[in-house]
Amino acid sequence: MNPANYLYVSALLFTIGAIGVVVRRNAIVVFMCVELMLNACNLAFVTFARINGNLDGQVVAFFTMVVAACEVVVGLAIIVTIYRSRRSASVDDASLLKR
Amino acid sequence: MIHQALAMGHTQTPEAVLFWVLGPLAVLSALAMLMVKKAVHSAILLAWIMITLAIFYIAQDAAFLGIVQVVVYTGAVMMLFLFILMLVGVESSESLTETIKGLRPIAIVAALGFGGLLVSLIGHATIGRAYVGLVDANAGGNVQALAGLLFSKYVWAFEVVSALLITAALGAMVLAHNHRLIQRPTQRDLATARFRGTSLARAAGLPGPGVYALHNAVDVPALLPDGTPSQASISATLKARGDVIDSRPFQLSAIENEEE
Repeated sequence: MNPANYLYVSALLFTIGAIGVVVRRNAIVVFMCVELMLNACNLAFVTFARINGNLDGQVVAFFTMVVAACEVVVGLAIIVTIYRSRRSASVDDASLLKR
Repeated sequence: MIHQALAMGHTQTPEAVLFWVLGPLAVLSALAMLMVKKAVHSAILLAWIMITLAIFYIAQDAAFLGIVQVVVYTGAVMMLFLFILMLVGVESSESLTETIKGLRPIAIVAALGFGGLLVSLIGHATIGRAYVGLVDANAGGNVQALAGLLFSKYVWAFEVVSALLITAALGAMVLAHNHRLIQRPTQRDLATARFRGTSLARAAGLPGPGVYALHNAVDVPALLPDGTPSQASISATLKARGDVIDSRPFQLSAIENEEE
């Protein structure tokens, strides 16, 4: 087995996450799919760090985790705010800018 | 020499077994995450994927990141997701029908193209590339080596990230703070409403539930003087949950009939 196999898993997970962002309607599930994409990127970073033999990739993955944590906090706060005013967590219902 | 290179370029058997068991499981869980209807199930599947990735990190000589993945992602982030799901409503399962016509096939075709592109690019980027491994980089310990990088080469990024964390915390606080549209009724307002409202029947407060010798519990409505059960004596929450016991067997007339 070649370590590049991890990269293929990472590519698959990223693609599945991208489908989820487009297809799912519940804002929280869409958000979880974004998290899945971020995690897939982290796996790629860690694998590249191992293939290239330096730890820079791991440092970048670490920073990605911090940024993802920030993003989750703010994103979920936005979802809760939208839910409070519209009583719905569906991305279809938040279409005020369209009209 | 060639043998050594081969050993370096190929992961050892235990890791191959680990990969071929957990890798497909992770991909299947990700697919299931798209299919399941309830958001809670998606969250649990995502937590499982994150644990799998943590195991992958540890298998790839990134012990620190593996632990951080478990602590930050499966611990904090997924807990936050479940918390928000609880707040927004666990039963908020979406309808899986498409709202935009033909979105799903288009999305799947685009994703297949994108995935194929990614896979072929990875193939191009990794084929014929010498595999180094982290044995030298991790010689003094993974955590020590990471800390060395973090506090020398990446110290500026580290500081910026700390500013980002503070900003995010502030942003969440600002977003979570809600302005009341109407003023909250004070105790005085409530008392006025009680005595000067439409009826004086509620002035003394609501009757308590469960005053039977047979069944003394909060899920049984109290009896009014004329023997009929009072719906006002049970909590609205219990009523909404459907946890209220039928009061008909406790009506006075029914019990008297039984005794005769």
